[in-house]
Amino acid sequence: MGHFLIVGILVIAVSVLTYFGLDAVGLMPVQASAQAVSIDWLWNWEIVAISFLFSLIVVPMTYSLIVFRRKKGDTGDGEHIEGNTPLEIAWTVVPLLIVLVFAYMGAYSLGEIRRIDPDALVINVKAQQFVWTFEYPEYGIISKELHLPLNQQVLLKMQSADVIHSFWVPEFRIKQDVVPGRVTEYRITPTLLGDYKVRCAELCGSSHAYMEGPVIVNTQAEYDTWISEQAVIAAEAAKTPEGQGELLTVKNGCIGCHSLDGSKMTGPTWLNLYGSDVKLEDGSTVIADDAFITESILYPQAKEVAGFAPTVMPPYALNETEIANIIAYLKTLK
Amino acid sequence: MKSVSPLIRGWLSLAIGGIAAYIIGMGLVFAVSGSWTYVHLVPILFATFGGAMAYAWGAAGISPLTKGLIWMNAGALGGFALGLMIDWLVQGSLDWAAPIASLFSLLAGFTAFFLGVAGLNAVSKGLLWQIGGTLLGAIFISAIRVAMGLTWSGPFLFTEPAWVLGGFMGVLFFLGGNGAVSDWFKWARGMDTPEHHEETHTGWVKYLNISFDHKVIGIQYTIVALFLISVGGLFALIFRTELAASQLQFLTTDIKLFGQNGPQLYNTFMSLHGMIMIVSILLGMAGITNFAVPLLLGAQDMAFPRLNSFAFWISVPATVLLLMSLILGGFDTGWTGYPPLSARAPVGMQMFFLGVFTSGWSSILGALNNIVTVIRMRSKGMTAFRMPIFVWAAIATSIIALTATQFIGLAFQLVMFQRLFGMGFFDPAQGGNPVLFQHLFWFYSHPAVYVFILPGLGVISELLPVFARKPLFGYRWIAMSSLAIALVGFLVWAHHMFASGMNEYLRVPFMYSTLLVAIPTGVKFFSWVATLWKGKIWAPTPMLFVLGGIVVFLLGGLTGPPNATVSTDLHLTDTYFIVGHFHDTIFGGFVFPFFAAIYYWFPKATGRRMNEALGKLHFWLMTPAFFVLSFGMMRIGLLGMRRRIVDYDPALNFDYTHLVMTVGGFLIAISVLIFIYNFFNSIKYGEKAEGNIWNSRSPEWQVASPMPAHNYDQPFEVVGEPYDYGLPGSKYVEFAAPAKATTHHKGEN
Repeated sequence: MGHFLIVGILVIAVSVLTYFGLDAVGLMPVQASAQAVSIDWLWNWEIVAISFLFSLIVVPMTYSLIVFRRKKGDTGDGEHIEGNTPLEIAWTVVPLLIVLVFAYMGAYSLGEIRRIDPDALVINVKAQQFVWTFEYPEYGIISKELHLPLNQQVLLKMQSADVIHSFWVPEFRIKQDVVPGRVTEYRITPTLLGDYKVRCAELCGSSHAYMEGPVIVNTQAEYDTWISEQAVIAAEAAKTPEGQGELLTVKNGCIGCHSLDGSKMTGPTWLNLYGSDVKLEDGSTVIADDAFITESILYPQAKEVAGFAPTVMPPYALNETEIANIIAYLKTLK
Repeated sequence: MKSVSPLIRGWLSLAIGGIAAYIIGMGLVFAVSGSWTYVHLVPILFATFGGAMAYAWGAAGISPLTKGLIWMNAGALGGFALGLMIDWLVQGSLDWAAPIASLFSLLAGFTAFFLGVAGLNAVSKGLLWQIGGTLLGAIFISAIRVAMGLTWSGPFLFTEPAWVLGGFMGVLFFLGGNGAVSDWFKWARGMDTPEHHEETHTGWVKYLNISFDHKVIGIQYTIVALFLISVGGLFALIFRTELAASQLQFLTTDIKLFGQNGPQLYNTFMSLHGMIMIVSILLGMAGITNFAVPLLLGAQDMAFPRLNSFAFWISVPATVLLLMSLILGGFDTGWTGYPPLSARAPVGMQMFFLGVFTSGWSSILGALNNIVTVIRMRSKGMTAFRMPIFVWAAIATSIIALTATQFIGLAFQLVMFQRLFGMGFFDPAQGGNPVLFQHLFWFYSHPAVYVFILPGLGVISELLPVFARKPLFGYRWIAMSSLAIALVGFLVWAHHMFASGMNEYLRVPFMYSTLLVAIPTGVKFFSWVATLWKGKIWAPTPMLFVLGGIVVFLLGGLTGPPNATVSTDLHLTDTYFIVGHFHDTIFGGFVFPFFAAIYYWFPKATGRRMNEALGKLHFWLMTPAFFVLSFGMMRIGLLGMRRRIVDYDPALNFDYTHLVMTVGGFLIAISVLIFIYNFFNSIKYGEKAEGNIWNSRSPEWQVASPMPAHNYDQPFEVVGEPYDYGLPGSKYVEFAAPAKATTHHKGEN
């Protein structure tokens, strides 16, 4: 009986220490959404269960290894205990009950995070290799940044232009794949002001690691200001060819691969691109004129730029005016 | 030099040869590129292979191994030159990084190694035929294309359809050419073959040739598994080094190798690490099962020895195909190969699909053989509940492998056809559904994880009583729990898809079914602890790995339920938490028990035991290093580290953790190198161990090691329970006639 008593006390002690140790380390990132509360609640109970079960196995194991180890020179066997049916039944039935409780808690938590607010703000999300684009349909705004008002449920309607991506803001907890050929939904209620990042969580190609976009939680007032500013900018831009070109490059996600500041991304930078000499993979050189840029948009694989081959860019079926606007925009990037 | 020990001579030659080869490699790089680069692939490869050759020569003179390595290096260089020339002729410009040159180098090097070691044998013949078959298939399609007025050449010499038919024909030619199917052809022609196949080769050469002896096949499987573990581990080290700090270190966008830039190469290494390790697990467990099951049953061999041999040999060309996928442009989808990404990846994707498809046959046929063997070939008195517990695990595993493997083959085949023939199974533009692929894929790939771990858990249950000197606690419960895990395992696949956009409401039933797996798994843990309780525990190397396996698998098991409950999984899925979780289950369920099984049964195969001190060093290096690695993974995964990324945001402050994890990864690699050295060194120089060194009750230990060709000279009868340690006078088996005293030890219990 002595052994059981010692082990029992040790199991409880180690469980408590493990739980508080894990809790003190701080396992999860900042809690920035209403849904995260319900997820972290379940996670916490799981950590409790993990701490206890870990101790329940490891403590008696370690105890046995120390207390029941074979003495030097002893070649005999241990006690002949073949099993204990009531005990086996107990450790089948009790875990079954625990598991059912956790399954119930899991279903409850899932219900909580899927709670629907009929007045949710709808934002369209477009995912493509390797950029996120956000559209505010009520205001005609297209942006690389996702601005969200505090304490207001948002419904993201997400579509993919190419392969499967996954929308994940670690501080919001929830993750949802974006699948080509359908619209997937993501509901979130931000509860903490701050700058976060959406990070693509489903391998989507060579620059998957860099498929990130800013997510900014604003107060309602800040949010309203941003919306009206963006609406003005969009209206202004629509007046000039280069402005329309810039909008097109955001809308089509071009800037997911082409930088505007000279840094090297998946594709060549656009800074000082127009009119420059471009080295090709086969050793020849071309001038980045209208013809070359048009060809690169419509048939990206036609000329492979040195250092970027094999070209991963898909063809974009833009019309003449759109391409002319984009070229006008590229000319401004000096 | 005579007075210097071979070991020192070997290491000296390694140092001198390695450095010399490194300098030659650097000189070559300078000659080609005109700049001195100190860290470059070419000198590293030269130093590795030149060093290995010098080591073998220094340690043992011109031994078969030395000859093999000399041939390999010559073959690899010759193949490279040939490929370079062909590429030059076809493309019109000299490209030192031409993938085709690397491919020829790999294939010629491999083949030359086996030719050099032992001339024409089943491996070298098979490889020669595979190369011939591949070229024939590729040229056949290319000729048709030319006749149709299509282009025949692509960036990888041939076009994709040409490579697919070539890869497929390579496998067929390998099997036809190396003799794996000759007995069946003889039967078809009405010729007789001897019932008891006698070995035509003796000594180590028999492992390079066709053998129908289950013990030889078991060892062949194990060696290939160790090779693949080394390759998969090497890939892991490459990308682990890249991850040691944020930003790109050496896999940058400027480099180009095998037609891929740095990040693409990262994706290929990461994806191949996954699948090569999976194949190595399947082959490793097939090795242990093949070796042990007939011995435990008292059978002379497996039920179908020729099928057994065929199942092994088909895995060799499959391995070659997987390695070819790295060179033919690689693929960037991870081991899961989800379309639409996999429908767009380079030719390497197809080689990967074909390699997995082919190795799947190995699993299916091996499983079939296993089930029949266990049902039909048990010795007298061995009722179901008197079988050694490992046999139960092997049966549960085989049921899954026999019935589920088809689905991954099918899923991959559908993507292959989508790419080759434009059938839009998973292409939404053609009415296909990408999520359907995930269902088909996981319907195998979830049960498959139980294929990886159940045999390992069986090894733990089998070895624990021997080293605790106590009966296995709750034998029937453990036996049934294996079957329960196998069956429930079929009902849980969609828990990999909680975030995939599948039907929302289906997530709840899949959560329930997934959590149910915890119950039979819990029964195993509780029974193991109860087995240790009040035992007389001793811990030589196999037991250390058993205990390590239990703790590591426990961590894997406990981190499972948070992935099963949907809401928490929406945070955890596709992060490093998952990576940490499954590395725990695979290390605890496969790697540790696999090593335990090798240390435990090594004397049975060789008559010698592995060095105990090196074994303990292996354990005490690998275990803490692994804990650091897996805790690090889970920690940063929770905080926002995504899976399968070549680079991470420096703002997340993961650099330090990643650096520590990389050090852990290298320590694991060093420990495995120590194991491999110990393994091969002990075959020749290990301490003799012909008796029942573990004092086990199991039948195979009641006769002398190494086991004779057709196992037991006398059949045995089961007269008691398998694990009645501590019951005086009890016996598990009794041999029909008294065994000859000179060759057999009588049971000691």
